[in-house]
Amino acid sequence: MSVYIDKNTKVIIQGITGSTALFHTKQMVEYGTQIVGGVTPGKGGTEVEGIPVYNTVAEAVEKTGANASVIYVPAPFAADAIMEATDADLDLAICITEHIPVLDMIKVKRYMEGKKTRLVGPNCPGVITPDECKIGIMPGYIHKKGHVGVVSRSGTLTYEAVHQLSEAGIGQSTAVGIGGDPVNGTDFIDVLKAFNEDPDTEAVIMIGEIGGTAEEEAAEWVKANMSKPVVGFIGGRTAPPGKRMGHAGAIISGGKGTADEKIRVMNECGIQVAETPSVMGETLIQVLKDQDLFEKCKTH
Amino acid sequence: MNIHEYQGKEIMRDFGVSVPNGHVAYTVDEAVEAAKKLGSDVTVVKAQIHAGGRGKAGGVKIAKNLDEVRTYADEILGKTLVTHQTGPEGKEVKRLLIEEGCDIKSEYYVGLVLDRATSRVTMMASEEGGTEIEEVAEKTPEKIFKEVIDPVTGLTPFQARRLAFNINIPKESLGKAVKFMLGLYDVFVQKDCSVAEINPLVTTGDGDVLALDSKLNFDDNALFRQKDIADLRDLEEEDPKEVEASKYDLSYIALDGNIGCMVNGAGLAMATMDTIKHYSGDPANFLDVGGGATTEKVTEAFKIILSDENVKGIFVNIFGGIMKCDVIAEGVVEATKQIGLTLPLVVRLEGTNVDAGKKILDESGLNITSADSMAEGAQKIVELVK
Repeated sequence: MSVYIDKNTKVIIQGITGSTALFHTKQMVEYGTQIVGGVTPGKGGTEVEGIPVYNTVAEAVEKTGANASVIYVPAPFAADAIMEATDADLDLAICITEHIPVLDMIKVKRYMEGKKTRLVGPNCPGVITPDECKIGIMPGYIHKKGHVGVVSRSGTLTYEAVHQLSEAGIGQSTAVGIGGDPVNGTDFIDVLKAFNEDPDTEAVIMIGEIGGTAEEEAAEWVKANMSKPVVGFIGGRTAPPGKRMGHAGAIISGGKGTADEKIRVMNECGIQVAETPSVMGETLIQVLKDQDLFEKCKTH
Repeated sequence: MNIHEYQGKEIMRDFGVSVPNGHVAYTVDEAVEAAKKLGSDVTVVKAQIHAGGRGKAGGVKIAKNLDEVRTYADEILGKTLVTHQTGPEGKEVKRLLIEEGCDIKSEYYVGLVLDRATSRVTMMASEEGGTEIEEVAEKTPEKIFKEVIDPVTGLTPFQARRLAFNINIPKESLGKAVKFMLGLYDVFVQKDCSVAEINPLVTTGDGDVLALDSKLNFDDNALFRQKDIADLRDLEEEDPKEVEASKYDLSYIALDGNIGCMVNGAGLAMATMDTIKHYSGDPANFLDVGGGATTEKVTEAFKIILSDENVKGIFVNIFGGIMKCDVIAEGVVEATKQIGLTLPLVVRLEGTNVDAGKKILDESGLNITSADSMAEGAQKIVELVK
């Protein structure tokens, strides 16, 4: 088991003919992901890397039976691409694209209300269930199959956490990058819920950063609902207020969204927060040992 | 992206949102000329810098005649204003807004922001105009009223009316206040604002509703479709190093410390700063080279880091996913040679092609300290810059 994706997930790639998309298509195919088709308007009927290309998502879904899409479409057109995936009733749309205007995302969220499709991202590394399915841009080889769920707003910090876990022999059930934008699809609570219900996940690492109050809300949810241990990390403790730290969502504004406040609330809600990013893995391992889950989570 | 108050007011005027008449002036003579053109009894001389708190810092003066306009313009132009938003070094005033004075009856606050919890634009309004809204929010949150806006309908008249009633806009000005709010929302969505704050919004003796100040910020990600807004960017208001970095698509933010940082990924870049601080060091900057760094980008990143005189050492922290470590290593070696780097350099490489990357660094013959983890690297650079 895992969350969102597994070996049966059939994936189409929106914007498949772009250079970034092509590079990652190869990586995903190599990893064993079932890439069944691609979409680039006007290039329907052609093939790239042996993968059939269609003009529309609807057509691609009809012909291939895909249930998930990954979006590499450039920012000015990405919102439309997400809505097209939603319109085609896909289970999952993962949007890698960064720099999408926030007002576009507000419309997209409104459009998706009451519809079936789950959006992950935008501006995210994607989702990976080790040894089964990799959708996105993360380096596959650092992951190991196992029982720890990872959810993060930051790509490279996810790699850092996964790497620390794998090195210590602790595999992952699924790693979900929810992205660094202020308006995104799947949030921390969605993923925590999924991990809580996933019989194969024993514990979770949640990696947040400055800006907004998503971590605080997630921590409250954990306190009220989560039956599995959660450890955390918050990036940006030393970030100055009013400055956007790379991610559009990573900004302390009006005195809100500071790392200290997030860490305080997380601690209060029973989430152990790693002091530095270098000890995310260690912190989790200690919690696993304390709760007699270490042997269960150790990848043999 | 930020713009000046006068530019914000021009945009609002174009959308039929009422603002006092006014003109920009770059010189004292232009200021006097502008005041003559306005012909009002009272003229306001306002410093134009990208920071709030100008009034308290002496950047806003009320002139009763043209001589006073001349005196104040002369006094403010070229002055360095230090406000709570400029930092201790302050900002030099290079432009003035010369505006007609008005008969203020009451002051209010109206603002539009993104509410992340609902993924909607929200209009906030308060009777407590003229003061910092954060302060109002903290001390008397019941005095701030909010309307969450559906992107399909936009701000509706009933929502604007409700806000106007809630903040006690006098009856005779109600219609004008509603029109103002609806217009401001149009500006926000059509110009891709990230913040639109009017503080204060005023009602006047003859029932008018006017924006006395305007703070419009724009979504950088939408500038591709807002060329006229992009043209308003005032590079003199920004840190020159940040301007230079943006040319190379590098995300750079200057800080006060002495350890230069070069990292891939925004999250890791923040975490690297935190780790340096954890070991009692002081980061000089935030720098995300992004996923597709080339030798050229790395070289430029080094140059920008080194243009900060406070930098005493550099920490490169890379977790190669998409980015390959050997490419970064080549970039670091090349940049080090080109620049003739003499400061201590600590490099931590991990991820894709890490062995090839380390080999390149080892064989370069350069004085590079390598580290196997972020913590080790941070400790080493902190030690080296002591």
